[in-house]
Amino acid sequence: MQIEVVIAGFGGQGVLFAGQVLAYAAMDNNMEVTWIPSYGPEMRGGTANCTVILGDEAIGSPLVRNPKAAIVLNLPSLEKYESLVVPGGALVANASLINRSPQRTDINSVFIPANEIAESLGDRRLTNMVALGALLTLLPVLPLQAIEQALRDHLPERHRRLLPVNYEALKQGAIFAERESIEISG
Amino acid sequence: MPRELLKGNEAIAEAGVRAGVQAYFGYPITPQTELLEYMSWRMPQLGRTFLQAESEVAAINMVYGAACTGARVMSSSSSPGVSLMMEGISYIAGTEVPVVLIDVMRGGPGLGNIAPSQGDYNQIVHGGGHGDYHPIVLAPASVQEAIDLTVLAFDLADKYRTVVVVLADGNIGQMMEPAELPPMQDIRTEYPDWAVRGAQGRERRLLSSIYIDPNVEEVLNYRIMQRWNEIQKNEIRYKEYYLEDAEYAVIGFGTAGRVALSAVRAARAEGIRVGLFRPISLSPYPYARIEALANQVKVMLVTEMNAGQMLEDVQKATNGRIPIEFYGRMGGVMPFPDEILAEIQRIAHSLVPFDENPRQSWMKRHAELLGTLQGKQ
Repeated sequence: MQIEVVIAGFGGQGVLFAGQVLAYAAMDNNMEVTWIPSYGPEMRGGTANCTVILGDEAIGSPLVRNPKAAIVLNLPSLEKYESLVVPGGALVANASLINRSPQRTDINSVFIPANEIAESLGDRRLTNMVALGALLTLLPVLPLQAIEQALRDHLPERHRRLLPVNYEALKQGAIFAERESIEISG
Repeated sequence: MPRELLKGNEAIAEAGVRAGVQAYFGYPITPQTELLEYMSWRMPQLGRTFLQAESEVAAINMVYGAACTGARVMSSSSSPGVSLMMEGISYIAGTEVPVVLIDVMRGGPGLGNIAPSQGDYNQIVHGGGHGDYHPIVLAPASVQEAIDLTVLAFDLADKYRTVVVVLADGNIGQMMEPAELPPMQDIRTEYPDWAVRGAQGRERRLLSSIYIDPNVEEVLNYRIMQRWNEIQKNEIRYKEYYLEDAEYAVIGFGTAGRVALSAVRAARAEGIRVGLFRPISLSPYPYARIEALANQVKVMLVTEMNAGQMLEDVQKATNGRIPIEFYGRMGGVMPFPDEILAEIQRIAHSLVPFDENPRQSWMKRHAELLGTLQGKQ
C-alpha cells in the first residue's frame, strides 16, 4: 500500500507545514513516510509544494508523476495538479482563490472555501489545516485524531496555545468535505 | 533511540556530531546549506569548533590543518563547491590524514542549478585531485542511511588515514524521513601517534604532502596503494532487492537507486522477474558481485542522474558478457519511477538484440523525450 499526496499553493500558505504534520502523524502511526519540498530560489508569494508519501514498506521514489491525492490552495496549483491525480484519487481545492469548477469527473473532489473558513475561526493561517481536514475525509488514510496528536507532540512549545483552533480547523474542513464533496460520476 | 522525522542535511550534521566531530569548516551552498547552518548552532553549543570560511578553498585547507592534529573533522559542500576543494583533497590524501567530506550533489556542469543530481560520480569516485589516491565513497539512498554512513565514514577515515566522501544529492539533503540517530560518542581524548599537537618532551613529527625526492614520494604512493588494496578487500558495501530469481537487474545508487526500487516493484507486480542492485560503496566498487550477477541475469539496466558515469564501471565488471542498457536524466532532473518502469518493460519484452553501445542508444531514445518536453513548453 502506498499513498502519495501533493500539497501545493503560494509560499506562506503553510503547504510545507501541512505536509510535515501529515508526515509526523504517519510516522507516529508506524507507517513509512517521506516528505520532500520543492526547493528552489523561491520567496514568499511564489509557488511552493511538497510531496508526502505514506506506505507500509520502505518508500522508493519520494516523487511520483501521478499522485493519489492533491491539495491545491491556489489556481496555478489546480492547473498543474488536477490533471495529474490518478483516476479514483482525491482533490481538495481552495475555492477561496479558485473561481472555476473541477474538470475531472473520475476523482473525488471538494472545492472548499478554506480561507473563509479559516478566517471565521479567527486566523487565515489555518487555511492549510482546513484543507488537510477535508482531504482526510476524502482519503481516510489516517484519522483526524492522528493529526491532532501529531500537532500536540511536535508543535513547538510557543505555538501550543494554537492547538484548539487547529483542531477546529481540521474538523471544519472535514465537515465541509463530508457535506459538499463531489463523488466520482459515471 | 526513537524514530524522529529528520531532514537529510540536518540528520547528517547531527550524525557527525554524535560520531564525535570536533571541528567543522564549511561555506554555504544550496542544497546542503542546512547542514552548515545546523552546525553553526550545534557545534558552539557543545563547545566544539564551527567556522564558516571565506570560500570552499579555505574551508578544505582548514579541514586539512585540523585533521593533522588527529581530531575528528569534517566539511560539507555541493558540486561546484566540491570542485573547488579538489586541490585540498589531494593534499589531504598525500598527507595521509583522515577527513570526512559530505557532497550533496546538484545539477551541473558549471554553476548549474540547485536540483538533485549525480553528476559528481566521476569527480569523486575516479578523480578530482591529482595523483594516485582513492577516497572511500559512500552513497546513501535514505535519511537513515545518510546517518549511518556518516558515522561509518569517520571510523573508516581513521582506520585507513584516508578521505571518506559521503556522496548524497539534493534529494537526500532536502527530504524528511523517519530515522534513528546513533548514541552520542565521547570526544576523543587519546590521539594517534602521527598527530601534531605540540612536541614538548618528544621528538618532533612532521606531516606534509611534499616529498622532494621522487624515490621517497614513490614509497608514499606505494603505501597509499597498499592501504587501498586493504580497503578494496574489506569495505565493499551494497544492497540487493528481489534479485534471488531475477532475470533482469537494475543497477542504481543513491536517489536513482530508490527511484528504481519503485519501478522494480511495479514491474514485479506485472510478473517481470527483475531485481535491484544498489551499490553503497562506490569506491571501492562492488565489481565482483556485479560480475557474478552477470552470470545470473540476461540484461542489466543502469540508471543514474547523470549521462552514464557509473555505467562504465558496470561495463568494466561485466566485460561484454551480457547486454547492458542505460537510462539517465541529467542536469538536475530526477526520473519518475514510470520512466524506469518503461525501460524495464522495453528490455523484458524486447525482440531485437540490444545495441552494443548503451549510451548511444539511450541518447537516441532520449532525443525523442527531450523533443516531446520542448514541444510542451
